[in-house]
Amino acid sequence: MAAMFIDISLVGFMLAIAIMIMFSHRLFAIIVMSGAYSLISAAMFVNLDAVDVAFTEAAVGAGFSTVLFLAAMAWLPAEEKRDKALVVLPLMICVVVGALLLWGVMSLPPLGDPSSVVHHHVAPRYLAESYDKLHIPNVVTTVLASYRGFDTLGETIVIFTAGIGVLLVLTGATGRNPSQDENVEDEDEK
Amino acid sequence: MLDQLLSHWNYIIVVLLMMIGLFIVISSMNLVKKLIGLSLFQTSVFLFYISLGKIEGGTAPIIITSGHGDHGSYPSHDILYSNPLPHVLILTAIVVGVATTALGLSLVLRIKASFNSIEEDEILAEKRVMKSEGRSS
Repeated sequence: MAAMFIDISLVGFMLAIAIMIMFSHRLFAIIVMSGAYSLISAAMFVNLDAVDVAFTEAAVGAGFSTVLFLAAMAWLPAEEKRDKALVVLPLMICVVVGALLLWGVMSLPPLGDPSSVVHHHVAPRYLAESYDKLHIPNVVTTVLASYRGFDTLGETIVIFTAGIGVLLVLTGATGRNPSQDENVEDEDEK
Repeated sequence: MLDQLLSHWNYIIVVLLMMIGLFIVISSMNLVKKLIGLSLFQTSVFLFYISLGKIEGGTAPIIITSGHGDHGSYPSHDILYSNPLPHVLILTAIVVGVATTALGLSLVLRIKASFNSIEEDEILAEKRVMKSEGRSS
């Protein structure tokens, strides 16, 4: 019951922050609020037993990407120009898509149901066998690095490509702007 | 009905968060705010996956070992763990998400350098001007 209460209040917080982001026009405030949103989602992940994901989200989502945004803001205007955002068409699209998704979501098994289909494919095998085979207590690590090692290799390739992309875009053919190089270094640290 | 609402609470909020993210991406003219909307959307998808992996009464999927026999410790088998597979998928997705955010931000910086604006309508107007000038000359 306590876990459920924490769960409900945390997602409530996330919803409140998202709505504040939607109505805010100051970009610094928006960036800091999205950092807070990531941090609360990390707390949410701990509550849902995903400790590794929580670590990563807190470090990378709340920390690193906020820093990236703030670094980029040094060369960008701090205010969004108001009163020209589209409203009607996007709202209609969101309401339709949201209604369809809600319809789909309501037929999912309830949260935490152990008989849900998700829990009956390879996951039980990972939990039962991985410790005897590889002697690593953390199953997430085992799956990430061993059972799904190729996925992780693919992820590394994606990050490498993104790094090259950032370098090329920022130091492209029209000459180098020294003020933009700091951001490139940020990406290299990754 | 209320029961179903409570047991699906996470999923409902996730859909609302997704739609807020989507709304920001479509409606906002500011490129930085669009990127933030994209990351809101992304985080809500992460939350959806992790919610799917939760098992009631389960614990984090780190094998708890007990005893110290001749062959070292061995795992306790009577403990319920949450599903580790969504966690792995989302770990990958978080890191890839930051990589795409960095690429998007660098594109925004380049756009700012070229057009001196990060508002979509101003950039489009500028492009139109450049195009017509190119045609007349």
